[in-house]
Amino acid sequence: MLGFLLRRFANYLVLIVIATSFGYLLAASTLNPRAKYDTMQPRPPEASISQTLSNLNMNPADPKLDRLGRWAKGIVTGGDFGKTIDNKPINEEFGRRIWVSLRLLLIGTILGSVVGVAVGAYSAINQYRWSDHTITFLSFVVISIPVFVLAVALKQPAIGFNGLFGTDVLFIQGEYQAGGGGWSGAAILDRIQHLVVPTLSLALGLVAFYSRYQRATMLDVLGSDFLRTARAKGLRRRQALVKHGLRTALIPMMTFFSYQFVLMFVGAIFTEKIFGWHGMGEWFIDAIGKNDINSVGAVVFFSAILVLIAGMLADLAYAALDPRVRAN
Amino acid sequence: MTAVRNEPAFRDATADPEVVLEVTDLHVTFPTDSGDVTAVRGLSYDVRAGEVLGIVGESGSGKSVSSLAVMGLLPRNARISGSARYRGRELLGLDDRAASGIRGKEIAMVFQDPLSALTPVYTVGDQIAEALRIHSDIGKEAAARRSVELLDLVGIPNPKQRALAFPHEFSGGMRQRAMIAMAIANDPDLIIADEPTTALDVTIQAQILEVLKTAQQATGAAIVLITHDLGVVAGFADRLLVMYAGKAVETGSTEEVFYQGRMPYTLGLLGSIPRLDAGGRQPLTPVEGNPPSLASLPPGCPFVPRCPMAIDICSQTEPPLLRMPNSGDRHFSACHRSDEIERSNLTSTDIFPAVVAPESVAERTPREQRPTVLEVTDLVKHYPLTKGHVFRRRIGTVKAVDGISFDIREGETLGLVGESGCGKTTTLTELLRMARPQDGTVVVLGKDTATMSGRDRFAIRRDVQIVFQDPFASLDPRMPVGDILAEPLLTHGVPEAERRQEVRALLKLVGLAPEHADRYPHEFSGGQRQRIGIARALALKPRLVVLDEPVSALDVSIQAGVINLLERLKVELGLSYLFVAHDLSVVRHIADRVAVMYLGKIVESGPVDRVFDAPSHPYTQALLSAIPLPDPIKERQRRRIILEGDLPSPADPPSGCRFRTRCQLFAGLDEGRRQKCLEQHPPSLPQGDGDHLAACHYARVVDVL
Repeated sequence: MLGFLLRRFANYLVLIVIATSFGYLLAASTLNPRAKYDTMQPRPPEASISQTLSNLNMNPADPKLDRLGRWAKGIVTGGDFGKTIDNKPINEEFGRRIWVSLRLLLIGTILGSVVGVAVGAYSAINQYRWSDHTITFLSFVVISIPVFVLAVALKQPAIGFNGLFGTDVLFIQGEYQAGGGGWSGAAILDRIQHLVVPTLSLALGLVAFYSRYQRATMLDVLGSDFLRTARAKGLRRRQALVKHGLRTALIPMMTFFSYQFVLMFVGAIFTEKIFGWHGMGEWFIDAIGKNDINSVGAVVFFSAILVLIAGMLADLAYAALDPRVRAN
Repeated sequence: MTAVRNEPAFRDATADPEVVLEVTDLHVTFPTDSGDVTAVRGLSYDVRAGEVLGIVGESGSGKSVSSLAVMGLLPRNARISGSARYRGRELLGLDDRAASGIRGKEIAMVFQDPLSALTPVYTVGDQIAEALRIHSDIGKEAAARRSVELLDLVGIPNPKQRALAFPHEFSGGMRQRAMIAMAIANDPDLIIADEPTTALDVTIQAQILEVLKTAQQATGAAIVLITHDLGVVAGFADRLLVMYAGKAVETGSTEEVFYQGRMPYTLGLLGSIPRLDAGGRQPLTPVEGNPPSLASLPPGCPFVPRCPMAIDICSQTEPPLLRMPNSGDRHFSACHRSDEIERSNLTSTDIFPAVVAPESVAERTPREQRPTVLEVTDLVKHYPLTKGHVFRRRIGTVKAVDGISFDIREGETLGLVGESGCGKTTTLTELLRMARPQDGTVVVLGKDTATMSGRDRFAIRRDVQIVFQDPFASLDPRMPVGDILAEPLLTHGVPEAERRQEVRALLKLVGLAPEHADRYPHEFSGGQRQRIGIARALALKPRLVVLDEPVSALDVSIQAGVINLLERLKVELGLSYLFVAHDLSVVRHIADRVAVMYLGKIVESGPVDRVFDAPSHPYTQALLSAIPLPDPIKERQRRRIILEGDLPSPADPPSGCRFRTRCQLFAGLDEGRRQKCLEQHPPSLPQGDGDHLAACHYARVVDVL
């Protein structure tokens, strides 16, 4: 087992290096960090631009591979991802934004998965009844609405909701109010008020998505012989459905869960942008907009790690749930 | 009308404390897009304490649906009416809570396919313990202990460890044992077994029937045994109920139904099974046609279209189930002409056109003088057993076929028999590959496959064709039948006009109409599709046809028609057959010679009557003994050889004789004589005359039929 894990880890390391290098080189060849200075009024002197960019290791005049080498050396020797184009340490940015994303997405993702599974299973059990038809219709409505439309659309009822109370109950911008933050009782309440609407927008999409898949896997299981055996033993319908049916129908969902959950960290670009949370997704988009090669490389590196973690999680979850795939 | 027109006597059995289950006028209807399908149409029967009732019928007869209705396990859209009383208590219409209290406690069920009937993600022990804990307050540990006891009772070796195993780690036979353990966990009064042995090999089937008997003795439960196999019920059931098109058409004691059947369908069914104990050319009486569609039954008896005895009244009114006055008071038959049948004591051959297989011209020449069509010598096929995905490494060898020899002469049928996993299919694919084998030689029509060129191979494929087992999977659903039949001709460059003519002739040859060429495979029944499969194989006028379990996917009454067709074609076209099957009764009927395979080796071979009447290898004896005869008296008098355990893995076959781990002969040998079996692989030696070979150190004839 240990040997297997070590081999796998070595594989992963190679994959991360390759993915990050490609990501960095792609960014380096398409992004132009000079643009920031070229449009400045007044334009700084050429030597000064060149010097600044060289200090950032982003000077297009340097060969790309050299820049990649220097960047990689920093990571390997000191765990240093370099500076952003605004000359801030990337490591700090990293440390801050990961937690912002986590705080924004954790609850929504869990909520979306759990509710999605429940709704999908319920839909399957009531196949072709009006409840199933309704759920199917609503899921497709949600799935067909682009994330940014859904997020913006949710802002409106939130404002209306606030209007009912005459005061701001739900906030739709930022993580906490200006001057807020911290973890005191009042601050936590403030955070929750900021979290409700983005969480909802995130969870809705996930519920719609997962419920479709869960419905399909559950339908496969519903016709199965072992469910009939479970009932023949004397289990009631609901007991048999949950204990024997749902448990088995969850196995194929594990891949979705792991990837969706882990990749949320970099994938919630629209949610972060629209609700003004400064997380990883926002960083990635902003970095591209700012021609910030180092930041893009860092996010690619982070994503590569996430993909591999997700893969490993999926395998572990599979093995935990399904004895048939456990190695012997 | 001499039959007494009264309601079956068991209708008023409510007062009888002996009656465990009483089903009265049960109807089950499924709404579908193309109208309602009534799967059960007024079924009545009762089961008394400790009794075994066999419900027999072909697929679609409603036998499984009716018992699922009793159990309350039908899908929610099924409409059920009538009554099913368990010890006087109505079961139909019970709410889930009340029904769940009876299911698994009073009435337990064993299902057909043990592979899918156990939940894959829980251990076998947990699943049995669950059955216990649903119905009693037994603690977790006590339930676990009890489930180990139950596994021991049903004959699982090392039950304590095996209880911790998952279903996929069990063999098919062991899973079915576990299912039975689960069924008897709460000491039920009634066990409904729905085709409990259909998915299993014969030797395992014999084991499971033994286990069911043990289970019945341990619990005293009554058993409803649902099956399509008349052999299985012959020795096991006390009473029989024959179902056709959702209704009981005949019921009575097992002897009455087998020896004094009064409904033409029962007689046809019995006459269509090839008998293991009948040598020579036994006539089979196929019941032509197909079971009716239950979506739109015309008035009258649903058997009319297939019944040679049908008269006018038969298509007007459906005959009720009436008591046969001259046999026991519980023998009922639903036929307008039952009393006639009784009076003249008609048998299946009186009613149905019996077909005796004709003798071919080739067979008149002695075997040694006929040309050899296929000669296989010491054929070997080993597969590497590997582990890992990225870094594959070989961890062993699966010896699927390990040095087998046989030959087929012109006009001859060789039956290759054995349990699943013995190497039959590998042998076939090796032959049809027509390439140099790993070891040994294959000579097809005088040409060695090792030295063939690509052109030779293409040419010789015309002469060797195959018919597959599953007529549903082996025909392309998107191709009209005409194109399917024309494809081999097209491949071998037959011009179009000739092709069209040929297709019509082929369809006629296999008993279908030339107009059928424009239809698609899904418009045909299983039996018709298999005929199409046979026609396709014959398109190129081959000399050798390989038949891979050609009738095992078909219902009994349909099977006989296809067997008769194969026999006729063999004679008419001068074919030779390599007939691969696990059903030894069919092989006895159709084959001239037989080779019995076990773990990649042929253990016994010879002329079919010699091997079946004087089996010399203990495996052949066990295999023959395991097959139930459709003859209650004979069946009850037989002493059965029950083999221990499952087929060993071909990756790790036992030393010396491969059969010794399960051998009943080996078990009785003294230490000194056992040594030989442990160390030496037994050579194939002549038994009696030179043509009958058996590979056993201590071969001796045992009569097992």
